[in-house]
Amino acid sequence: MKLGRLSQQGIVFAIFIAMFAGFAIFLHGFATTDNMLALLQNVAVLGILGLGMALVVIGRGVDLSLIATLAVPPGLVLQMVQDGSSLPVALATALLLTVAFGLVNGWLIAYAEVPALFTTLATGLFLAGFGQALLFKLDVVQWSAGLDGFEKLGQGAVLGIPMPIIVFAITCVIVAGLLTRTRIGAYVYAIGDNPNAARATGVPTRPVIVLEYVLAALIGCLAGLVMAASVNSMPTRIYNSTWIYDVILVVVLGGIGLSGGRGGVVNVVIGTLLIGTLLNGMTIMDMSYSAQNLIKGVVLLAAVIADSFLNPRNEETAQQGDI
Amino acid sequence: MTFSIVKSLKAAAFGIGATAFALSPAAAQKGLDEPFQQQFTAALAGKTVGYIPVSMNFDLTEGWFAGLKKELEPYGVKVIVRDPNWSTNAGAQALTTLIGEKPAAIVVHNPDVQTYAKLLKRAEDEGIHIIQINMGSVYRSDVFVGANWIEIGEKDTEAVVNACKGKSNKIAVVQGALSAAASAYTLKGVENVLAKHPEIKVVSSQAADWDAAKAKAVTQTVLKQNPDLCGIVGFWDGMDIGTAAAIKEAGLTGKVFLATSGGGERKGACELVKNGSFDLDLSYDVPTQAAQMAGMVKWLISSGVKAGSTKGSIYTTLIPITKDNASVESTCWNLGDLKK
Repeated sequence: MKLGRLSQQGIVFAIFIAMFAGFAIFLHGFATTDNMLALLQNVAVLGILGLGMALVVIGRGVDLSLIATLAVPPGLVLQMVQDGSSLPVALATALLLTVAFGLVNGWLIAYAEVPALFTTLATGLFLAGFGQALLFKLDVVQWSAGLDGFEKLGQGAVLGIPMPIIVFAITCVIVAGLLTRTRIGAYVYAIGDNPNAARATGVPTRPVIVLEYVLAALIGCLAGLVMAASVNSMPTRIYNSTWIYDVILVVVLGGIGLSGGRGGVVNVVIGTLLIGTLLNGMTIMDMSYSAQNLIKGVVLLAAVIADSFLNPRNEETAQQGDI
Repeated sequence: MTFSIVKSLKAAAFGIGATAFALSPAAAQKGLDEPFQQQFTAALAGKTVGYIPVSMNFDLTEGWFAGLKKELEPYGVKVIVRDPNWSTNAGAQALTTLIGEKPAAIVVHNPDVQTYAKLLKRAEDEGIHIIQINMGSVYRSDVFVGANWIEIGEKDTEAVVNACKGKSNKIAVVQGALSAAASAYTLKGVENVLAKHPEIKVVSSQAADWDAAKAKAVTQTVLKQNPDLCGIVGFWDGMDIGTAAAIKEAGLTGKVFLATSGGGERKGACELVKNGSFDLDLSYDVPTQAAQMAGMVKWLISSGVKAGSTKGSIYTTLIPITKDNASVESTCWNLGDLKK
């Protein structure tokens, strides 16, 4: 099993290196510091989301509502400031909404035992609809003067490194620390590997699962704030896009098995880098949109097939509704 | 004696007054009936007009809806909205149901050129007037009110080509979604102008799916490869906020000319031209479009013409928003005010 895990990660890393080397040699203007920073910056938000997704996937769950938490609470911040609230009040309200949303997700999955796939599909729809119907006046929530300074989160730079990359790096460190250095992290792996065994050995599985979804929601909200600050607006319609598949792509591509219990932050970073390189290279080549989608689809398919070979479902513990 | 003189003077005065009164225009005593207005109000009263945008909740469709209601409701016309929320399927279903309800007219915003075409013909066959807005279908109905996308593509590109004179002549195009006709028509406009200017080199022409984040990512990469880029043609101001953010981060504001288009809502258009994000934003002024739609509804219903028997278009006269007029109050509009 260990060999298998290594090879999935290894294969993807090898593909990444090969692709990177190929672009660097054949694509003029690819291997420059500026382009590397742009590449990373463009996928930083995706990477942050990937970390949130990784956290729940390792615990044998999935969070399809991540894009809703990316869109709605940060959209609320922009809307409230536009309507005259101060930034701290707006941020606090959005944070409360995010935590409440994560708690609902976690409670439904851990206590009501509704499969994560269906729960988060429905709650995500609910949150997006709630935002569109009650919170926002328009789909695109515009930046307003009260937010001046906050755009640094998306557009600023420290020592020449754009802020989104720094936020991604910090989130990586925090999530990695949580997963590898704390007892909760060990519990997450235990639950992902075999939930029943984890419970039998005294792991408080339900509270840990709730915590996973609250953290995922918070990470989603953080990604949304970075995105809003980066494009000076929050297009809340992004919920209707196919972004969530890109997030799953990053996680699966990086080698985090969808059956849980395996992988870590390194995998998300590798998955993000591969997608970033792919997108950046295709953009420089001015490849058509359809061709880009085709290539992304083929890569995802390959990754999912590799995943099912290298991380087979655990027949003893698999349940209906798991992916 | 004196008395009788006074009396006769009084009588004379009365006589003159009375004559003057009798001779003055009828207005004061009896109004003149305007022969056509009753017919008009009677034709409109109690009628229903259906409105199917591609989705509510964005500046254009909310603005049109507010404008339609403002113009029509005082005459007793009920404006009902069916919101497909970006789903073409839901839109076709809503249209089918609405045809069954037999409103007097339907104002419809097509998601693409094909899907609604047959349904629109059926509606007109059943006597429902069809007003297509901003995005037409291949079926030509009573009237089309909206922007001429080809003209938008041409004007934006001309502005960019002009701004590029004496510079690198390298430009980029940030398209909308490939499936949207508005995007494809605009691209045609871009091509029309580029055909006349072989010196211009398009270094990138990519679809960003009307998504600001994607537009930013693409533009960032393009600017890193071509820091001497002199202009970008964007297809929608809502998306080009991202394009502008990429230009700003690269420190190229003022050096890369960004031309785009949109509905002219204050926060999304004028404010962004004022702060230098956009150099040109062609506005298809939504309140004017709404007034023209409502005008067509009034005319079609009150004239009694058979649905589908006239075919005409009202292409929107574009308002080019630049630094010169962005601060003028009337250049842009604001949804809050329109709803009042």
